[in-house]
Amino acid sequence: MKILVPVKRVPDPDVKIKLKKDGSGIDTEGLKFVINPFDEIAVEEAIRIKERLGDVEIVVVSIGGEESTEQLRTAMAMGADRAILVVHPDYIDPPNVAAILAKVVEKEQPDLIIAGKQAVDDDLGQAMQMLAEMLDYPQATFASKVEIDGTKVTVVREVDGGLTTVEFEMPGIITAELRLNEPRYASLPGIMKAKRKPLDKMTPADLGVEVSPKLTVKAMSEPPARKAGKIVESVDELVKLLHEEAKVI
Amino acid sequence: MGNAIVYIETRDGALKKASLSAVSAAKDYVSKAGGDVILAVLGNNVDSVAEEVAKLGVAKVLKAQGADLENYVAESYTQVLKQIAEANDASAIFGTATAQGKDLLPRLAAALGAGMASDILEIIDDKTFKRPMYAGNVIAEVEISTPVKVLSVRSTAFPHAEAGDTAAPIEDFSYSLDSSKVKTKFVKFEEIKSERPELTEAEIVISGGRGVKGPEGFKMLEELADILNAAIGASRAAVDAGWVPNDLQVGQTGKIVAPNLYIACGISGAIQHLAGMKDSKVIVAINKDPDAPIFQVADYGLVADFFKVWPEFVEKVKQLKAEEG
Repeated sequence: MKILVPVKRVPDPDVKIKLKKDGSGIDTEGLKFVINPFDEIAVEEAIRIKERLGDVEIVVVSIGGEESTEQLRTAMAMGADRAILVVHPDYIDPPNVAAILAKVVEKEQPDLIIAGKQAVDDDLGQAMQMLAEMLDYPQATFASKVEIDGTKVTVVREVDGGLTTVEFEMPGIITAELRLNEPRYASLPGIMKAKRKPLDKMTPADLGVEVSPKLTVKAMSEPPARKAGKIVESVDELVKLLHEEAKVI
Repeated sequence: MGNAIVYIETRDGALKKASLSAVSAAKDYVSKAGGDVILAVLGNNVDSVAEEVAKLGVAKVLKAQGADLENYVAESYTQVLKQIAEANDASAIFGTATAQGKDLLPRLAAALGAGMASDILEIIDDKTFKRPMYAGNVIAEVEISTPVKVLSVRSTAFPHAEAGDTAAPIEDFSYSLDSSKVKTKFVKFEEIKSERPELTEAEIVISGGRGVKGPEGFKMLEELADILNAAIGASRAAVDAGWVPNDLQVGQTGKIVAPNLYIACGISGAIQHLAGMKDSKVIVAINKDPDAPIFQVADYGLVADFFKVWPEFVEKVKQLKAEEG
């Protein structure tokens, strides 16, 4: 069995993002980059499936500049077997990500594709569902539990107001919700081993994809700041202000 | 100049309120881009929802009904909505950024060869929209270049469309479903029942974080929620600790809320939590750490141990409500 896990390099989500002065993009000076946290969960899930089933190859793929090799190495240090970098340093929108991944799927023929439910940089959450449509594959988004029985995959999905269970026959696409698992840290031997694992590079053109965005970012600005309010001294004062000034209780 | 189609989400034959915001967004869109607003209701028992939404001041309501649409599956709903879009000269398809909208709309966009903007906050013109990025720390102006556009609406950014006296015509839409393309099988839905208002629709939200220390602390929050008819929310830390169900998480990757009053108890205010609540009208923070980032967005802050002040707070609110009768 083969599992393909797309991963994205994103700024550390725990750091507050600053904009460039002209609003043309974010200020990346000194910014730390990590694997998109949801993609990390997807990598972990693939590794757990491998640990349960044994004969599983995990291929991680990223689209981005050369620096994305860092995140691919981290995924391999966790336990992925090999990596593909589709070199495209410029902005790319979800339909083009899906188009590139569709070509990678055609080449690699994975049984399962597991990805994060959204990237925490652009927060779009589109590429995997688009890929599912392009490939005519089943999709199980926001997974909090994945079970595999032969070629049948059962997924518990987190939806509004409860949990939905769906099943499909492989191949198919799963996107990882926060609570699917807790990703492991890469071990030192894992990091050493990852350096020798294969990492193939190619371009969108090598895959026959000409990137032409359908969605572009024209400008960026900071949201209106909320001004800090009052620090109250007592419960009495708080209740009084909420009642008389804010009029919310 | 085409029309704006709105996918109306339902659950158990009832309208999902967030869809009313998508209707408002679509009306705003046609006021700038031209065309009519057409609503699409899909399911197996949606007559009453169709009648309800027909009064929202739109051109018409299309009803796609059938046993094969009883349970939502992305592949079948995508096929039907694609047929609706193509038969009605759609230039934009609106839905909401609910779990179902997030699952469905990108797939639909791919089926239509359309570009999509997620979680839109504002419509600038027929192809330009504002939306948040980086957990709401950046507002981006995005442009979609395809003739058909798919848009998911952040429901807190648009008002609910209101019902008027006249009703638009309701038409049955006959669709054809290629079942060989529906490969995901719906097995079951387990509802998490709650007596409280839904988190994203409540006027008041009371949220707990690490500082409420466990399920017992959440019970204390519920006491006030009962008095104020509030919803309960939680930080990721509280959800990860298993103190409350997952669907109570407020934040970038959980629920986005904007109630009249948001009371944050024992929540430090991580970036991803703030992303989910900072558009609330009035924010109250109770936290014992004076440096907690939550105080930077709070209108009223009380630096105190939650367990020391909460019982008194509940008591005082109770008294106030009793005085008001």
